[in-house]
Amino acid sequence: MIPAPPVEGGDAPGGIDPRVRLAAAIGFSAATAAWQRPAGILAALGFALGLAAFFRLSPRPLLRRLLAANGFVLLLWAIVPFSLPGEALVRLGPLAASREGLALALAITLKSNALVLALLALVAPLPFPAAGHALHRLGVPGKLVQLLLLTWRYLALLEQEFHRLRRAAALRGFRPRTDLHTYRTFAWLLGMLLVRSVDRAERVRRAMLCRGFRGVFLSLHEFRLTRRSLAFAAAAAAAVVASAWLELAG
Amino acid sequence: MHLSEGVLSGPVLVAGAALAAAGTAVGLKRLDPDRIARTAMLAGAFFVASLVHVPLGPASVHLVLNGLVGLLLGWPAFPAIVVGLVLQAVFFQFGGLTTLGVNTLIMALPAVIGYGLFSRFLQAGRAAALAAAFACGFLAVLLGGVLVGLALTFTEEHFFNVAVAVILAHLPVAVVEGVVTALCVGFLRRVQPGLLPGRPPAEVP
Repeated sequence: MIPAPPVEGGDAPGGIDPRVRLAAAIGFSAATAAWQRPAGILAALGFALGLAAFFRLSPRPLLRRLLAANGFVLLLWAIVPFSLPGEALVRLGPLAASREGLALALAITLKSNALVLALLALVAPLPFPAAGHALHRLGVPGKLVQLLLLTWRYLALLEQEFHRLRRAAALRGFRPRTDLHTYRTFAWLLGMLLVRSVDRAERVRRAMLCRGFRGVFLSLHEFRLTRRSLAFAAAAAAAVVASAWLELAG
Repeated sequence: MHLSEGVLSGPVLVAGAALAAAGTAVGLKRLDPDRIARTAMLAGAFFVASLVHVPLGPASVHLVLNGLVGLLLGWPAFPAIVVGLVLQAVFFQFGGLTTLGVNTLIMALPAVIGYGLFSRFLQAGRAAALAAAFACGFLAVLLGGVLVGLALTFTEEHFFNVAVAVILAHLPVAVVEGVVTALCVGFLRRVQPGLLPGRPPAEVP
């Protein structure tokens, strides 16, 4: 279920300017993605955990969302330890898991979770409109921000529409199976959703024209760089520099 | 159809981000401001539809639909897919900031290639149109799988086995995808041909 857009939610959750949050998330992610040594990766994970604690993310939903992000990592654990040559640590029948392979899989797991954790702490709590305007201030093209905000605005609505179509199909006795009838039904439901989306888009376009839309993204949003935001930005920058130092020295 | 955070190496991520940024810039340039609402709505519709699990034998797959996105949008498929991936990262933690570029490229490049190769046939005879749509849906997913494989192999040559597994896993999905794309194009040809490229859009009262 996609959360419907909240009407209000404040502009700066946690008292941190959304621009600072986004810039910190981008800077942290770009740096962490390059780390390869245990010291750098562990420092990044420590910082990400610190962020989660600082923003008081509740542990249970956090854990659930982290687990959801680890599907591909699980696939790597099943293959990588057995395909990297090196000193065999564990033997499973004809297969041998190498120390190098296990170390690589572990490093990837830690790095992946650090990145997702930072995204959950810094970006996910942002109210979408504020995030869009902040992205615009950070240099993202207006058209792209407009696409993002409009898509987000109508997402929950489109999902309801699609569920309505599926419920109607279910009431007529449709049960998904592996056959052409099932695929045709899904294709037609999708086609119907597309047709309705485009009709709705035309009405939205006309409403936008009535409100003076001229093809430019205008932002009246005011951001205030508070002392708290500045301190946070400085701390985040220091943490990234520290993890860089650990990566290069370690 | 997307790579997780933390798997790929720095150079692969940077190359993917640069190519995706270039594609997105072209897509935004070709996006008429009059069509922003339409593109956003279609991006949302595809996002919703791609969450559906379609049965396939004992398992189920979820549709990628990038071939159909390409056919309906052309180059603006790039920004539409960026938007979809951002929403996916924020709502479901599939992919994230560092993989945004690579994942965009994996889905959008095959979409635009499919548009270039097959969109001209959609207004032709029914058989040709459906065959083109099948090929577009099939190839878009398969090419996406190959790009995933390439990204993995460039990162670490011993990821080759993972890459092969990923590409093989994409094959059945590609067939389902081709079938659904063809059937959906057949539906749109009858119900709303103006949605497909090569026709003036229908008038909305």
